[in-house]
Amino acid sequence: MILTPLPHISMPLLMGNSLNAWSEALVGFNPMGLPLGLVILAAIPLVFIALYSLTYGVYGERKISAFMQDRLGPMEVGKWGILQTIADILKLLQKEDIVPTSADKFLFVIGPGVLFVGSFLAYAVLPFSSAFIGASLNVGLFFAIGIVAIEVVGILAAGWGSNNKWSLYGAVRSVAQIVSYEIPAAIALLCGAMMAGTLDMQKITMLQSGSYGFAHFFLFQSPIAWLPFLIYFIASLAEVNRAPFDIPEAESELVAGYFTEYTGMKFAVIFLAEYGSMFMVSAIISIVFLGGWNSPLPDIGSFALNAWTNGPLWGVFWIIMKGFFFIFVQMWLRWTLPRLRVDQLMYLCWKVLTPFAFVSFVLTAIWVIYVP
Amino acid sequence: MEEGKVLSQSIQQSAAAYVIIHDKFGEAVSPFDANETMPFFEVIDTSLWPEIALFMRDHPKLQFNYMACLSGVDYQAEEKVGIVCNIESLGQCHHKLSVKVKCSRHGGSIPSVACVWHTANWHEREAYDMFGMLFTGHPDMRRILCPDDWEGYPLLKDYKVQESYHGIKVPY
Amino acid sequence: MESRCPTNSVFNSQSSTRMQELDRAGMGSVRVTRKGNNVVVLEKDLATEQMILAMGPQHPSTHGVLKLECLTDGEVITEAVPYLGYLHRCFEKCCENVDYPAIVPYTDRLDYLAGMNSEFAYAIAVEKLLDVEIPRRVEFIRVIVAEMNRIASHLVAIGTYGIDLGAFTPFLFCFRDREIILSLLEWASGARMLYNYIWVGGLAYDIPSDFNRRVKEFVNYFRPKTVELYKLLTENEIFVKRTRGIGIMPADVAINYGWSGPMLRGSGVKWDLRRNDPYSIYPELDFAVPVPDGKVSDVGDCLSRHLVRALEMEESLKIIEQCIDKMPSAEGFNPRSAVPKRVRPKAGEVYGRAENPRGELGFYIQSDGKSTKPLRCKARSSCFVNLSAMKDLSKGQLIPDLVAIIGSIDIVLGEVDR
Repeated sequence: MILTPLPHISMPLLMGNSLNAWSEALVGFNPMGLPLGLVILAAIPLVFIALYSLTYGVYGERKISAFMQDRLGPMEVGKWGILQTIADILKLLQKEDIVPTSADKFLFVIGPGVLFVGSFLAYAVLPFSSAFIGASLNVGLFFAIGIVAIEVVGILAAGWGSNNKWSLYGAVRSVAQIVSYEIPAAIALLCGAMMAGTLDMQKITMLQSGSYGFAHFFLFQSPIAWLPFLIYFIASLAEVNRAPFDIPEAESELVAGYFTEYTGMKFAVIFLAEYGSMFMVSAIISIVFLGGWNSPLPDIGSFALNAWTNGPLWGVFWIIMKGFFFIFVQMWLRWTLPRLRVDQLMYLCWKVLTPFAFVSFVLTAIWVIYVP
Repeated sequence: MEEGKVLSQSIQQSAAAYVIIHDKFGEAVSPFDANETMPFFEVIDTSLWPEIALFMRDHPKLQFNYMACLSGVDYQAEEKVGIVCNIESLGQCHHKLSVKVKCSRHGGSIPSVACVWHTANWHEREAYDMFGMLFTGHPDMRRILCPDDWEGYPLLKDYKVQESYHGIKVPY
Repeated sequence: MESRCPTNSVFNSQSSTRMQELDRAGMGSVRVTRKGNNVVVLEKDLATEQMILAMGPQHPSTHGVLKLECLTDGEVITEAVPYLGYLHRCFEKCCENVDYPAIVPYTDRLDYLAGMNSEFAYAIAVEKLLDVEIPRRVEFIRVIVAEMNRIASHLVAIGTYGIDLGAFTPFLFCFRDREIILSLLEWASGARMLYNYIWVGGLAYDIPSDFNRRVKEFVNYFRPKTVELYKLLTENEIFVKRTRGIGIMPADVAINYGWSGPMLRGSGVKWDLRRNDPYSIYPELDFAVPVPDGKVSDVGDCLSRHLVRALEMEESLKIIEQCIDKMPSAEGFNPRSAVPKRVRPKAGEVYGRAENPRGELGFYIQSDGKSTKPLRCKARSSCFVNLSAMKDLSKGQLIPDLVAIIGSIDIVLGEVDR
């Protein structure tokens, strides 16, 4: 049993190469033959997801919206209201779990669960760093696109099971929306897959590494990559029901859409799933177009900035930062834009995004074949 | 009309409009009451009221296209209930006139003018709700502010509130 | 409501849970046959059955306790019937039982977003009946507070309209600015919403000595904010898409429905009681009556009505500025000098009205000449009349458009139900 000393543990994120050393040391931490270090390393992103989704996604949303609206946001619980979400969760845990009498109990109960599982299943194939990926499938991207569709089942179950007309409207709208928007989203992602020549998320990310940092990202690798990037971003907003496509839960029209009847922890689970999906699509867009866990910083001459800021733990840092950035953009849009109407939403999907997705698909194909 | 009193311009306009109506309908309308605050005439033959209303709206010199208000009124002393309509020519002739129509206090009815001015639709429902006179020919004669099964007509002067409503004690 | 719901005759005979489920889902014309106790579905087609949808009284975008019973075919509304009265507070019955000055606080509670304007309209009606001379300074103060309240009210209208269409941020921007107006009005009257400030024949108090300077500061502060609001909401592509061409009301129909205020002006009729039936000192003031020209919006649609409100705020700012400049000095001024000791008008009737933020608020008052209480006091509420067109406007619209239309009517249920 060899216990490797953990150097510079006090400043993990600032120490460049020593950080890599640290993570490698952790991987080598095998007390009694058990790969405990690896488990800890693997658990870091998962712990992050839970923590982020539970607390700081909601907190961030409230604070960001507050600053956009000349407010302070939550300020009471903890300094700057940092503990507000924990207080909210405590409150939600204590709430009575109401199942409406006329609801379809089985569907009503199973709906949030399916929704939650669906939104978190895709995390399995997201490479959080060169060292950590839940399941390194060779069809990872395909899995990620496909598994999101399970959410639809959860939404439909929740909306139908509630036996509430508003919920039903929300559910039907949601299904129509998610199913439609999967098409431009998938085609846009295929452009990225085509540039990489693989569906393996980890390989897609690795193909975007290099000493020039961001210049290796697919977004900057081809002159047309911005088009699928934009299409996927817009479509992903619709897939996770965020404004301006939040019509399934449009509070001013459908009260709260498919989760109108939910209370307490079931409601919290639906909420959690939403924030989980938000990060999931943000991570996918960063992986396919923005290099995933690769550092965007380039080497400048002998100043090996890129090499210093790359590594298993740095990877986690970068992908989370990139994810956060897109989540911020999602929130920014949500608190700025009004909501589209159902038919306008469908118009945008079928008559704007889908044709342009095909165009970008063909152009990317030409680019990949004829321009090396 | 009072003699020897100088009438303001708006009342002169109203009077001129009244003359046209009087010429057409003669004895069906009462003499013109040229008071300063709200010049009006009364429809005596109530069955002619929709016809008068349509005439007022469509006559090229009247063009009363805008009904500002229709208020139900309880004339307890006369044993009557009625409506007061404040009608106006908006953007066309710029004159105003008020019309009163009365009917019996018990089970009386007034012909509806909801088809002449849409405004009258809800206002007549309100008048019915509060005073109990029926408007014949109204497309949707239901109570509007009170619940459908409310007893009595609250704005009548001798209205007594019901004891209980669906088991809830009403007077407090 | 049974008769309104066209149910398949098969369903009426006996209901099994399966049928109810099919019915609930609106599965359209379903041909079924019975085998013993089981129902076997033979054929389904895509034609859907209509569904009754109760929108309100607790729905978030009915602006209070309005209930709309919608007959919907999918998302399309075949018919929407408004139900009122959830907030009925017997205003008119109360009026018959209190003295004339005591009605003023009740009028605040009609249109609670524009209390000053309601008081103003009531004061005008009673003063017409009383025939009293009002001091000039009182008139100026009345116009200032009424116009401030008009801005506050339009801010709520615009902000909540944003919420109806899914834009949350403009709402809070509006409320931030409204807050300043409310604190100014609180400074003058002592209350934030229900002022009881404009009395019959005068005012409750004179304005505080520094009031005009602070109001002017507000006007200078608020001008750029209207531009900000314009950029954030009115020029937003999605907002325009959601409102342009929706709920179009032609001018003649609007007049026939008795629409007034921004609703009527949105239909292109240049009609403003402050100009067309002038009262108080409005004839001396210079302001425009904004009417949509059809360039950015289709005349008569939701966007036009929104635009009229947005532009009216700027006109109100102009009016306030002029009033401050022209206002007579406070020397020897008693705001209650013309307030009658005992309001007992001569026998007669009056219909007095004023331009409220939501349209024409009129009071029909009948006095018997003996009592200090009115024989009849009817409030002609603008929202009540504007809302009555709902049935026509909503026909064939989508549910989101219905929300947009209700928002553009800008109802205050306190005034609708009285």
